[in-house]
Amino acid sequence: MATKASRSAARIMMAPAVVLLLGWMLVPLIMTLWFSFTKYLPLRGDSIERGLDWVGIANYARFISSSSFWPAVQTTLIMVGGVLLITVVLGILLAMLLDQPMWGQGVVRILVIAPFFVMPTVSALVWKNMLMDPVNGIFAHLWRFFGAEPVAWLQDASLSSIIMIVSWQWLPFATLILLTAIQSLDSEQLEAAEMDGAPVIKRFWYIVLPHLARAITIVILIQTIFLLSIFAEIFVTTGGAFGTRTLTYLIFQRVIDSQNIGLGSAGGVYAIILANVVAIFLMRIVGKNLDA
Amino acid sequence: MARTVTTQRKILTTAAAWTICLIIFFPIYWTILTSFKTEAQAINDPPLFFAFDWTLENYAIVQERSDYMKFLRNSVIIAGGSTILGILIAIPAAWSMAFVPSRRTKDILLWMLSTKMLPAVGVLYPISLIFVRFDLLDTRGGLMVVIMLINLPIIVWMLYTYFKEIPGEILEASRMDGATLKEELLYVLTPMAIPGIASTLLLNFILAWNEAFWTLNLTAANAAPLTAFIASYSSPEGLFFAKLSAASTMAIAPILILGWFSQKQLVRGLTFGAVK
Repeated sequence: MATKASRSAARIMMAPAVVLLLGWMLVPLIMTLWFSFTKYLPLRGDSIERGLDWVGIANYARFISSSSFWPAVQTTLIMVGGVLLITVVLGILLAMLLDQPMWGQGVVRILVIAPFFVMPTVSALVWKNMLMDPVNGIFAHLWRFFGAEPVAWLQDASLSSIIMIVSWQWLPFATLILLTAIQSLDSEQLEAAEMDGAPVIKRFWYIVLPHLARAITIVILIQTIFLLSIFAEIFVTTGGAFGTRTLTYLIFQRVIDSQNIGLGSAGGVYAIILANVVAIFLMRIVGKNLDA
Repeated sequence: MARTVTTQRKILTTAAAWTICLIIFFPIYWTILTSFKTEAQAINDPPLFFAFDWTLENYAIVQERSDYMKFLRNSVIIAGGSTILGILIAIPAAWSMAFVPSRRTKDILLWMLSTKMLPAVGVLYPISLIFVRFDLLDTRGGLMVVIMLINLPIIVWMLYTYFKEIPGEILEASRMDGATLKEELLYVLTPMAIPGIASTLLLNFILAWNEAFWTLNLTAANAAPLTAFIASYSSPEGLFFAKLSAASTMAIAPILILGWFSQKQLVRGLTFGAVK
């Protein structure tokens, strides 16, 4: 049992991490909240030293009523939803395949996981140029080989192209977690079902899928949090053009390109609220796991 | 496994798995291959798979033109520094939560996790302001601290789940034998925790290495790591596929190799112990 002395020692040892994270969370958050209620245009001479004009909820209203807001929300939803759908469905199939006995399983696993370790700027640029370039990319070669007209991917199918790139990056993550979950499945249960004559589809639907439910939920929640803040992939491919401006990118442009800090901060607060809605669900699951 | 698998079925799964995994790996393979071609061969139609003159000139050009080594050094310092700093801060915290849990431990852990969910873009301007005020813009130190803070929750969580698996009786026994807190940490806990600490180190080094929001937004010429270096290839001039490939290969090679060692920890670290 812990003694009183070790309790106070424990508190001291926790302090640096807690204080740092508290500062990291609160200081910028309070500043963003404050800015979001002010007129703050540094290029027109507004600065904290001279005092910022309080404008109430004007920025919040303007951010939502701007013509780029709803398209950005839509783009965000399509991008996050698309990547989730692709990575979860393919991830389940791939995990089930990799769980089967085969030759060279170790090597296969290593190769499948590799994209996850490629830094976002590299994967975006490699896909943009080496694969998707309308003249010299591999896809263009392939299309011409079959007598088709090469596609200008990042212009004519920009959103789907980015979904493809991001899915490629995140498929390994989904696969790896689902594979870990599948491996903990009791194989006797499956064998019993097989002997009782349950067809493959039924075995999948009634045994494998329920077993994976928790892992799938976790994959969805964690990916959503990361996908909501996708940045580098858009930054180096389209720069937000051709209908690829997500909420994150819109806020980035408001803050950095147009230097409208008040407006951008209001957008930032919306993004924080959105991320927290997702986060609450994730925390519930992780928290439940702590009790077990 | 009691189930017998027919050879025929094994051949089929092997073929299917290899086909899919080669498709998934293809972009990386193609990048590495192209880095050894000349620029003209890099865009040859049909694509060249083996019959080309292997050359190392792209690597030389990339280093010469843009001083690749400087960016590499920045990446190593920023990723390494932030990871070590994070581990040093996280070890005591994770230790106390794992071995002297209180009623609030769970809440603190979950709250730490919640700071990880804060969208970076929401606090971009405040952080830039703070960086300008304290002269941290485009410094490795500033970036090191920011990246350490982003990954600190993951580090604490990973260490916590590893420490949890160390039987508390051993610590109690050492206390009975009169070990001080310092001795207990140094001579009893640390040796047992080394594998866990090593995997935490590895995964967080990878995450820090690949971080591409703050590195793109808070650095310029001086402190830019490889993520920012590669981004400078997004508006190139002339033929550049082979050079882009060489630069990319150099940027991802170290981390690919480290990553393959850490695949088991990856699941645990990124799901906060919810999937093991």
